[in-house]
Order: sequence, then C-alpha cells, then structure tokens
Amino acid sequence: MSTPAPPAPPRTGVAGNRGRQVRDTVVIRFAGDSGDGMQLTGSQFTLETALAGNDLATFPDYPAEIRAPAGTTFGVSAFQIHFGALDVQTAGDDLDVLVAMNPAALKVNLRDLRAGGMIVADTGAFNERNLSKAGYTTNPLEDGSLAPYQILKLDITKRTLETVQPFGLGQKDALRCRNMWALGLMLWMYDRDRQGTLALLEKKFAKQETLRLANIAALNAGHAFGETAEMSSGVLGYTVPRAAVAPGLYRTANGTESLAWGLLAGARAAGLKRIVFGSYPITPASGLLHQLANLRQHGVVTFQAEDEIAAIAGAIGASYAGALGVTSSSGPGIALKTEAIGLAVMTELPLIVVNSQRAGPSTGMPTKTEQSDLYQAIYGRNADSPVAVIAAATPGDCFEVAVEAVRLATKYMTPVILLTDGYLANAAEPWRIPDVDAIEPFPVTFRTDPAGFHPYVRDPNTLARAWAVPGTPGLEHRIGGIEKAYDSGHISYEPENHQKMTATRAAKIAGIANDIPLQQVALGEPRGKLAVVGWGSTFGPIHQAVKQMRERGHAVSHIHLRYLNPFPRNLGDLLQGFDRVLVPEMNTGQLVTVLRATYLVPAEGLNKVTGKPFKIAEIADALRIRLEAS
Amino acid sequence: MTAVATPREKLSPKDYASDQEVRWCPGCGDYAILKAVHKALADLQAPPERTVFVSGIGCSSRFPYYMNTYGFHTIHGRAPAFATGIKLANPDLDVWVITGDGDGLSIGGNHLLHALRRNVNLQIVLFNNEIYGLTKGQYSPTSRRGTRSPSTPLGSVENPVIPGAFALGAGARFIARSIDTTTPHLVDVLKRARAHIGASFVEVFQNCVVYNDEVFADFTEKTVAAERQLLVEHGKPLLFGAGKKRGLRLKPGALELEAVTVGENGVTERDVLVHDEKNRTLAAMLLGLQPPDLPVALGVIYCDPGPCYEEEVYRQIGSRAVSVADADLNKVLRAGQTWVVEG
Repeated sequence: MSTPAPPAPPRTGVAGNRGRQVRDTVVIRFAGDSGDGMQLTGSQFTLETALAGNDLATFPDYPAEIRAPAGTTFGVSAFQIHFGALDVQTAGDDLDVLVAMNPAALKVNLRDLRAGGMIVADTGAFNERNLSKAGYTTNPLEDGSLAPYQILKLDITKRTLETVQPFGLGQKDALRCRNMWALGLMLWMYDRDRQGTLALLEKKFAKQETLRLANIAALNAGHAFGETAEMSSGVLGYTVPRAAVAPGLYRTANGTESLAWGLLAGARAAGLKRIVFGSYPITPASGLLHQLANLRQHGVVTFQAEDEIAAIAGAIGASYAGALGVTSSSGPGIALKTEAIGLAVMTELPLIVVNSQRAGPSTGMPTKTEQSDLYQAIYGRNADSPVAVIAAATPGDCFEVAVEAVRLATKYMTPVILLTDGYLANAAEPWRIPDVDAIEPFPVTFRTDPAGFHPYVRDPNTLARAWAVPGTPGLEHRIGGIEKAYDSGHISYEPENHQKMTATRAAKIAGIANDIPLQQVALGEPRGKLAVVGWGSTFGPIHQAVKQMRERGHAVSHIHLRYLNPFPRNLGDLLQGFDRVLVPEMNTGQLVTVLRATYLVPAEGLNKVTGKPFKIAEIADALRIRLEAS
Repeated sequence: MTAVATPREKLSPKDYASDQEVRWCPGCGDYAILKAVHKALADLQAPPERTVFVSGIGCSSRFPYYMNTYGFHTIHGRAPAFATGIKLANPDLDVWVITGDGDGLSIGGNHLLHALRRNVNLQIVLFNNEIYGLTKGQYSPTSRRGTRSPSTPLGSVENPVIPGAFALGAGARFIARSIDTTTPHLVDVLKRARAHIGASFVEVFQNCVVYNDEVFADFTEKTVAAERQLLVEHGKPLLFGAGKKRGLRLKPGALELEAVTVGENGVTERDVLVHDEKNRTLAAMLLGLQPPDLPVALGVIYCDPGPCYEEEVYRQIGSRAVSVADADLNKVLRAGQTWVVEG
C-alpha cells in the first residue's frame, strides 16, 4: 500500500453550476444483478479513480452462480471501492454510497450502508415483479423505510433506453447499457475522467460498432445528466483530493496479476528458462491460470490438467526436468494435491503451490474469502512432511511473496505453499511498479559433475540436495516416493536411516529461518501492552485499527507474518515483549494455536468467518475492550 | 541439455541395466519385459542421459529402479501426468511410462485417457496381468467376470475393460500389443512405439506367477499359440494358424470379423483382409477379438500419427528457445494503463 504522507492541497472543482464538496475518503458499492455488469462498472470506476490520483482498495463480491435467475437476492453481484486523499488500506467498513440497480441489490446491501448514506436507485427496475422476487411487499423507495438515508431516485432504465434508442439495439442489449449510464453519473459525482472507460469501450467493442456507440452514449448521458439535471436537494458533486503517495510509476493490480508477475520475476531471478504451471479450474484461483496463459510469449507454459492431481503432477514432473513447477488451486483442490506434495517433499524437488483460500469446508462458499487453510498448509499431509509456508498480505505484496517463494523453493529444493485468498486474488489497488532490475538474482546451479554424485548429496549449509536434471550425461539416477538411503540415495528400509532422513527433512525446512528477515513490527513499538498478530489479507483492517488505538495513546503494536513455516527466529522473543497477544483471523483460530504451541504464549484469537473481510471497527472494538480493561 | 554429439562406445543391453538387485518374484513376467526393454534400447542406441522412465505404483512401477537411465517412481496412477510435465519442460527427453492394469486403468484411468487424448510424445507400456500383485492378489479392472480373489471370494461381478479399446476410445494414435516372453516380437513393438511421434500405447500380456498364473495361457501356450494369436503387420494379410491357413475377413452382411480357412469353401487368400494400421475401424474390430473363437491380435494394431501436444504448445509460445530468463519484465509490468506520481 502507499506510504502515508501529508495530504496534497484539495482541488477545487466545479460541477455544472454547483460547487463541489470536498471529501477525504468515500466508500461506494455498485450492486446489481450478476448480469448487470457490476464488476466491469466497478473496475472502470477504480481505474478512473486511480488515474485521478486517489489511493484506493476494492472488494469485488459476486455470486458463485454465473447467471443466477434475474432479480433474485442470491444473484446479486457487487463491487466495492474505498478511495480517498488519505492512506487507504481496506475496502472500507461502511458504505457512503450504494448504487442499487434493482430491489434485490438494495435488499442484500442496505445493511452495510451507514446512516445518512446515499442510495442511488434505478426506479425503472423497482417494478412489482422485481420487488416481489427480492421479497419486498411494498416498494422501499416509497414506503418510508429508507428514511435514515438520502435517496437519489432515477429511472436509469428509461433514460438509458432513450439514450440508446437511435442505435436500434434489441431490448436486451439496450438494457445492458444501464451500467454505463450509472458509471457515467458516478464519475461525474466524484469528478473523475471518462477517458480510460472510453478507451476500454473502443477496444471491447472494436468490431461491434452499434454496441460501442450505444455504450459510449450511455456513459456520456449519465455524466451529462449529473452535470445538468436539477437533482433533489442535498445531492451534490464531490471532490476527493489526490492522495499523497510515494512518487513513481503506478498501475492498478489485483493479487492475481501481481502474483503472476512475481512468479515470472522469481523465475527470471533464478535464471530458469521455463515456468510450467499446472492447474485445474477452480474459483477463486482460476484467474492465475488465465493470467499466466497470457505470458506464454515469455516462456511460461500453462497446462490445464484433467484434475487437481494431474495439475500438480505435471508441475512436479516439470521441476524434475529442470523447470520451475508451479501449481495453484483453492482449498478443496489443494486437498486433492496432498499426496503429490508429499512426493515433492520426499524427492526434494522445488515446487510452488499457490492456495487462493476460500470459505469452507468442502465446497463451502467458493466466491467468499476466508483464511482457514493454514493448518492444511502447515500440517495437512500424511506423515512428517514439512514444507515452507508463506502468505501475502496485500494485492501488491503478492509480487514480492511470489519472488520469495521461488527463491526458497529453488534454494532449498522444497515445496513452498504460498497462501493468498479470494479477497487478495480479486481486490485491486494502485501499485507502484517495482524496479525489477533491483531484484537480487539467486541463480540456480544444476548439478553437472558426475564425480561423487548421488541424488541425495546435500549442500552442507542448506541441506538441499543437488538438482540433477534429466539430459545431463553421467548423472542418470532414480528417485521416487520410497525412502532413500542417506548416503547413496538407493531405496532403504533401514530403521535408523528413516529416523535420520525424517530429521534431515525437518532440519532443512527449519533452517530456512536463518535465511529470512527477522520479524519486524509493522506499526508500533517492539514491546507494549498488546501485540496484534496477523497474517494474510487481514493486514489492512488490523493496521488501521491499531493505528486508531495508537492515536488514542494505547501501547499496541501490529505484527504481520509473511513466514508461517518456519517462523522468523526472533518471533518468540518479540511476542514475549507484550502483555497480551491478539490474533485476528478469518477462521476459527489457526495461527493462534500454532503460536501458542510454538512459543507457549497466552495468545488469544479474534475470529470471523462470514466470508467477508474484517471491518476496521470490528478489530478496533476488540482492541479497545482489551486495552481499556488492562 | 541437448544430446552431446561426442562418439560413444556402442551400448549393449546390459548397459541399460542399473546396479540394483531386481526384486520381482522368481518367474515373474516383468523380468522378460525388462530384458526386452534393455534390448530395444540397445538396438536403438538410445542415449541413457536423455531417457526417462516414469512409473506409478505397483509391481510394474518398480521398473525404473532397474534401468540405468533417469527414472522417477511417482505416485499411484499419476505417472502419465508427471510424464506430461517432464515433456513440457523438456520435449527433447525420451520419456517412457511404465504402468499396470490397476495403476493405469483403475486409479490412473483418467490420466491415461488424457495423456492419450492430448497425444503427448510418450511411450506408455501397460503390463496387464489382470490382478493386483503388490497388494496381494485382489481382482483388477481387467480381471474377467468370475475372477476369484481375496476381495471377490465368490468371483468378480464386474465387466473387464479392454485396454486397447479404452486407448482407442481415448484418442490414442498408436496401439500395439505383445506378450512378456515373446522377446523378439516385444522388442520390435517397443521399437515401433518409440519411433512413433505422439503417445504410443503398448499393452503387454504379463504373467503373474503368484496371484494369476497362466491367466493368458489360453492363447500364449505353445500348443495353442499359432491358432490363437494373430500377428498383425501393416500391408500383410491377416493370416494366422499353422501354415498361415486361417484368415480374417469381413463377415458378409455384417460389420464384424470372422475367421475363415484359406482353401476351404472357396475361400482364397484374396478374401482375407489386409492389415491397414491407419484404419481406425479395423483397429477397433481387431482389439475386440476374443479367444477361443477368434485369435488375439498382437503387434501394431493402430498407428496413425497426428499433431503432438508439446510441439503444439511450443508452437504457440513461438519457439523452444524462448526463455523466462530473458523476459522483458519491465514491458510486462507497464502494459496497460499506468500513471506517474510526481515526487
């Protein structure tokens, strides 16, 4: 995320004949039917907002059904964006604005709107049929139930149909322009440009002139409506000043994109010729397969396998043959890969396993986020089969963590499990493009010398075995899942040898602790009353909550873990410096038990499994209770 | 990683054998197959450093340990998927998959299907003994109905899969069959399999002396071999039996094969079908022949090369020389909309 810095002076804008009010931060949610194009609307608003110089965070929230029956509450798709002049680290607690394209969207999302917040509703969609599908007996726009809010009632449907009428579209295509009308209005309301969206429409509909012109007309009409219409009192245009972010070249990136680029950067730093990415489609991990498939011209091979097992098997086969083998899935798919991860542990081959976690168990809630696969990552295999486990904290952090995963996998000849989640995979943020030439290379050396070779010859420092790749004369050897003799690599069932090999595999992974940075405190002092320890995508809300408490003078610190197995070697000492340790997690308490077991600290969990990220206030409240009680 | 063109001494079959003690049961058909593979590789002078044997789990899957080449003994049923990854990483490697009827057609049926369908350039050799050996004798997916085993004390009630027919249905473009102990025939079949570009599927009838002894004796025994084995050869008539007097022809009025005797009932050699290994329909009929009424077809039953998977993948990448290490990452990261925040 961007570095906090003094805000830039507010920009004064003029909207039509009315002045604009200045807002520091705003949270908007676009909500509609899953066929209404809300994800596109949200991502375009995000792009224009990034270009306007605000810091931002987003949260796409969509149903698992591709096209759920129109108008139903379970078919509602939403995209939330939090943007502002300040440092933005979460997608926002409460909504300032809810754009509701139909009654179901209002019904599902109203609970998140703050009192006094604004509802922009398409009255054209609030017909009897849609009201009844959403379970309303009376029209909430008319029955006074929305009194605590500002309501901007607009017949977006009618206005869109009028706008696109000259292009002669069918009713269905004409109605699909409604999202562009709404986007145009919101871009006007927050004083954003339309250039990025116009460019997108030009490209998207390059070969469909009528659709292109109709969508552009709808976008412009929504914008012009804001500019000229007499709106009901209290509805104004706003200005959100630019955020003071670190200078540099920026783009927007979600966690999936930065993870893909990080894998490429890591393989490049390792000097490897080839990435072979084996994957089987699964929500929310499939995006990585798509992203990497589009990097094939750089030497990335993607293998859409017949199942999760074949996907990891292909990746391990590729690593055996000297490529960087990577596989990716979500919890249920990782479960299927378990046996193969064990083989990679036994054969000591580099492998990266990305888990975009989702709500479970079983199929659970595929499109909803959770971080409940930590036990699975650390412990979830038969027998003693340790692997390295690391986690990304923000969408941009996925890049660095991916590079680190490649470094550890190749240097230690081990599987590395890289944890992200549905939130990180989909959430976008402005990302300062890193200087890739500054990434320290960690070149891989393949064994070529037959003298003294056997497949389990180890580097005395890392305990990693040699990477001896088929095609190398004189190094012909056999590996497999059967236990190997420490001194020859041949099959061995000797009792003492198995003891030694088990200990060696464990020591190799434990030794990684000497090769990773000491644990830093993300915010606050290295000792105090309360340490709030997190991992993964809870970074933003924990950070903001700790910041709020510190501003009130409390001795609370935020510690955020990237390395989950092994832990940084100073972590135990660091935790001992606090009276209490609180561990917020989107699970029922996994890191907290690992910390308690490892360090015998009285760590306490703060847990949430609703499929939605923590709100800042939820964590801040928990901190307040503990800080004020002690 | 490419082959080194330095002259090497001629390799003999035993040069392909590893120094490990072979641990199959005495009398197991796997010994004969191992010898045939050594012989085939020596005949081809296959470079050991570019040869990889990949296996799953089961008796047959111990095979790689006995080869003085690269070898990867993986997990149950998944060898074709590991092999696919190996070929994607380095298409220059000569990759053999060794599997069995349980490994390849039960737990790994899915992977076998997809490796064949994709047409990955592999030699897949399936040792079919119609039984689970390593787990002590349970019936397998190729066991015939009625097979009595520890897990089917009253006899199996399942229909067996015909491996070759499965392969054909999966889209295999090379299907051959041989018998463990008919070494010269097996060696020829293995050499043909290796010459084929794309996935080659070879079923070897392999005798398990401990749990399913003589299960193929009805066509492998010397006394019946001539009558019950049809050794197919491309372009040659489908003749079998003593003195090659028996032949196969299309049964008049039906889409099926029948056995006839040349010289009887006005049948001449011209009535006998000529083997065309590119003919998929003929292959389907040959794979379905069952003794005792009809002979078991052996040899290269189907061979009709098509585009191979890893070559197509690299065609889309542009070239095998394209390397991640050369990626213009700055360009990748700057593709699309970017903006500058001034300091």
